[in-house]
Amino acid sequence: MIELKNIKKSFNGRPILNDINLTINDGEILAIVGPSGAGKTTLLRALAGLGDIDSGEILLDGQPFDPRSSDLKNNVIGVVFQDYNLFPNLTVWENVTLAPKMVLKMAAAELETKIKPILAQLQLAGKDALYPFELSGGMKQRVAIARALAMQPKVLAYDEPTSALDPSMRTEVANLLLDLKKDGVTQIVVTHDIELANNIADKIFTVNAIS
Amino acid sequence: MQYIETILPSLLAGVLVTLKVFALTIIGALPLGILAGLGLKSEFKLVRWFLNGYVWLMRGTPLLLQLIFVFYGLPLIHITFDRLDAALFAFILNYAAYFAEIFRGGFQAIPTGQYEAAKVLRLSPWQTQRKIILPQVVKNVIPPIGNEVINLIKDSSLVYVIGIGDLLRAGNIDAARDVTLVPYILVGIIYLLLTAVTTVGLRRLEKYYNYYR
Repeated sequence: MIELKNIKKSFNGRPILNDINLTINDGEILAIVGPSGAGKTTLLRALAGLGDIDSGEILLDGQPFDPRSSDLKNNVIGVVFQDYNLFPNLTVWENVTLAPKMVLKMAAAELETKIKPILAQLQLAGKDALYPFELSGGMKQRVAIARALAMQPKVLAYDEPTSALDPSMRTEVANLLLDLKKDGVTQIVVTHDIELANNIADKIFTVNAIS
Repeated sequence: MQYIETILPSLLAGVLVTLKVFALTIIGALPLGILAGLGLKSEFKLVRWFLNGYVWLMRGTPLLLQLIFVFYGLPLIHITFDRLDAALFAFILNYAAYFAEIFRGGFQAIPTGQYEAAKVLRLSPWQTQRKIILPQVVKNVIPPIGNEVINLIKDSSLVYVIGIGDLLRAGNIDAARDVTLVPYILVGIIYLLLTAVTTVGLRRLEKYYNYYR
């Protein structure tokens, strides 16, 4: 369970996040919706350790943690970026296994047993040797999901998972997230796509633009 | 033809010196250029300020002046180098400045998303550089670095002024002694061959890095 308590953040004196309180239970999908500029992405970046907050607390199972710290015990949130940010110089397999190998120190045999099933689950079996430029948008997204899952995070967070894709792919994304939910993956979805949020989310949190 | 055969050994000895200056300059200037390129976008103002001054100085004054300054000037304040060391000192510092600017541009061309993706995967800054950033930077900078490398082959002839027996000097001695144009033409042909071989090598390197886009 992840809890956000009294999260506040302002940019140049303009409040963006004003006292956000939020709980995500294990295995749930939480959608964070709201108009552009309301702070959805700011919230996600704070959770991912890419941006700081002015005040407030982030708790994992009741224990505070700091997403910005590089300590492995803070390896809580995996991120699927809006444009995926795959590493273009690495193959699918290398993209997905780089961090487990270098950070989690998984041996080759362990990579095989732990990562291969993730790729299979995301319909990426046999795509190991391809480079990102050889993949479709939907496949890139699945590689990005596999890369995040490979680090065994407690929560997977998506920034606008449908915005870089063809509208016809929306159902596919929704099904993918629901499949992961069946496997017990806790997910946070930042989106402006209300319909997607309604279709998949257990909880919808609306961030309002503060005027 | 027979004349060519008689002067060829001295020219080839000159080529070896030229290649030595060339290779040692590349070996010294490339790593230094990468480091300085990283430093040029450092968060520390003092580092940026210092490196910008260095690049300005090295690119803003003639290499020939730098060479003469190091070999003939510095002994006046009791810093002496032998000829080859003086040449390498000046060449490496000069070329590293050009390389630094090229690498700075190469690093800047990498989207921040790459750093962010690496950060959320908890890769260390060093792992991020080594596995993700540098390979992409290298691909980006091969064409401009290639230009400088070709320039260096020709610039290496400047060592002539501090009395190093490179290819140009060897040819010049032969031409002056035998009062003929042939050595100059041969020297020109040898430079053309050297740059041609280097160009082919650089093309290959570019092709190799085309395995991804």
